[in-house]
Amino acid sequence: MVGYSAAPNRGLGTRLRRLNIPGGLGGWLWLAIIILPVYYVVITSLKTQAGYFGQNPLALPTSPTLENYQMVLEADFATYFINSAIVTLGSVIPTVLVSFMASFAIVRGAGRFLKLVNGMFLMGLAIPLQATIIPIYLMIIRLNLYDSLLALMLPSIAFAIPLTVLILSNFIRDVPNELFESMRLDGCSEWQTMWRLALPLTRPAIVTVAIYNGLHVWNGFLLPLVLTQSPSLRVLPLGLWTFQGEFSVNIPAVLASVVLSTLPILVLYVIGRRQLLAGLTAGFSK
Amino acid sequence: MSNAVSTAPRAAVRPASSKPTEQRKTALAWLTLPALFFFLVFAVVPLAGVLILSFASWDGIGAIGAAGLDNWFSVLADPGLYNALGLTFLIMIVSWLVQTPISLLLGVFTAGSQRYRAALAVLYFLPLLLSSAAVAIAFKALLDPNFGLATGLGLPFLAQDWLGVPQLALGLVIFVIAWQFVPFHTLIYQGGVRQIPKSLYEAAQIDGAGTIKQFFHITLPQLKYTIITSSTLMVVGSLTYFDLIFVLTGGGPGNSTRILALDMYLRGFRANLMGPASVIAVILVIIGLALALFLQRLGGKDKQGSQLEGL
Repeated sequence: MVGYSAAPNRGLGTRLRRLNIPGGLGGWLWLAIIILPVYYVVITSLKTQAGYFGQNPLALPTSPTLENYQMVLEADFATYFINSAIVTLGSVIPTVLVSFMASFAIVRGAGRFLKLVNGMFLMGLAIPLQATIIPIYLMIIRLNLYDSLLALMLPSIAFAIPLTVLILSNFIRDVPNELFESMRLDGCSEWQTMWRLALPLTRPAIVTVAIYNGLHVWNGFLLPLVLTQSPSLRVLPLGLWTFQGEFSVNIPAVLASVVLSTLPILVLYVIGRRQLLAGLTAGFSK
Repeated sequence: MSNAVSTAPRAAVRPASSKPTEQRKTALAWLTLPALFFFLVFAVVPLAGVLILSFASWDGIGAIGAAGLDNWFSVLADPGLYNALGLTFLIMIVSWLVQTPISLLLGVFTAGSQRYRAALAVLYFLPLLLSSAAVAIAFKALLDPNFGLATGLGLPFLAQDWLGVPQLALGLVIFVIAWQFVPFHTLIYQGGVRQIPKSLYEAAQIDGAGTIKQFFHITLPQLKYTIITSSTLMVVGSLTYFDLIFVLTGGGPGNSTRILALDMYLRGFRANLMGPASVIAVILVIIGLALALFLQRLGGKDKQGSQLEGL
């Protein structure tokens, strides 16, 4: 790049160029569109039913109450939360583990088998979970796993593998060969190299895919809908839906359940926003 | 005694694992077996299973019988299929038309360096955290004609029977989907915009190009692959929309929002016709594959190609 400096131009011209009025307006408008529903949900969840029916919907509650939240918690939401956590952890951890090993083999290994496996995972990206739900339902029944949390984990793991392998293998590919060679010269086997070198270096990508997969499983609806039945095994999204069906007239309570189900992720968002957002786009930006 | 100085080259230091490289590398194949197991059993086998089940007759509970081509004939002759197909593509196209410009502009917006934009971005991405069920339930309450946004904002326009009138329900679905997914695509575009070298803009500015010219002549062309990526995800994703529409409208009113994936579910698990439902599933897979391939072709060169060539 030629070194002509743009410095002399840093004046009113540049600042006017930056002052993008339509852009700014558009930005604030979109913000209103995003925030208004959120605001409505939160304040309504703090209203009593009388307040909901009486007050202006957008007004702050005159007598805010936590009774809706109490009601939701008493309606087994703690159980739903635990179920969601079990399913999420039980899906994400195996996914990352097996995908990491497979990615390492694909990148560091050679041979026709590995190329075949790699190709298969790549094609697997195109398989939609929704389309396979009926055979999965059949399989789960035959395996006697219907109405279990395990039934939710197994397909989740399977469908998360292609993308996870793609992202992790891309990342491992960037690790310089010299590092691997030096491990080998030190007498390490590939197995040791994988755990002692590749794993720590791949950590950012692992966090990314863990978050991406975690969020998808946590918010998943179809698998729980089809593969579970007992109320005690409901995960949060399903619980939300059934709760709403049961208490459809009590809107403040329904919206309290919405808020409660979102709180855990919100907390994570506040703590690790960058990682969360990076995880969500999981390398699609490349 | 011969001179102890040896003129032979010293033997190379032998690594502990002295297996030949080739053998060592192919031995790594074992590491893929766990992943392969999960994937084959719970993804590939079901994929084959859908095809097989499309030729079967099953109600989801009893025994599975053979049905030959009956399911295929009945589904292909069913106007419901074409209704679902039409709706799916309608939503797909309109969603793309709505979401892409908004996401693109927002992506450019949030990629800017002004500090308030970063603060706004934090809030923009909230919808990404919510489950589809949560979003659907929230909007159902929001659009209550008496106690929702309509009364709150005093806008009678909002007090319509959103879920009861077919066109309104369809429009609502498109809006809520956009609400839910624009943040995702904004993130993608933001990432894409951030990768555009500033030197391009500076050169254009020196040549006297204004903001709008810069947008159309630099930003858009540089975002070509980002647009393809985002569009591919959007299009293939909208093929399998289920959660949101299920909770929001349940396919109604009537069949006016009964998109393909929902149609499949309702046929299989409500009407207990697993065979025909599997036919729909096969159709879903075929269309999905075709679309993904088509979009990749549209992209031209392979993804690893650099748009920075020539700089």
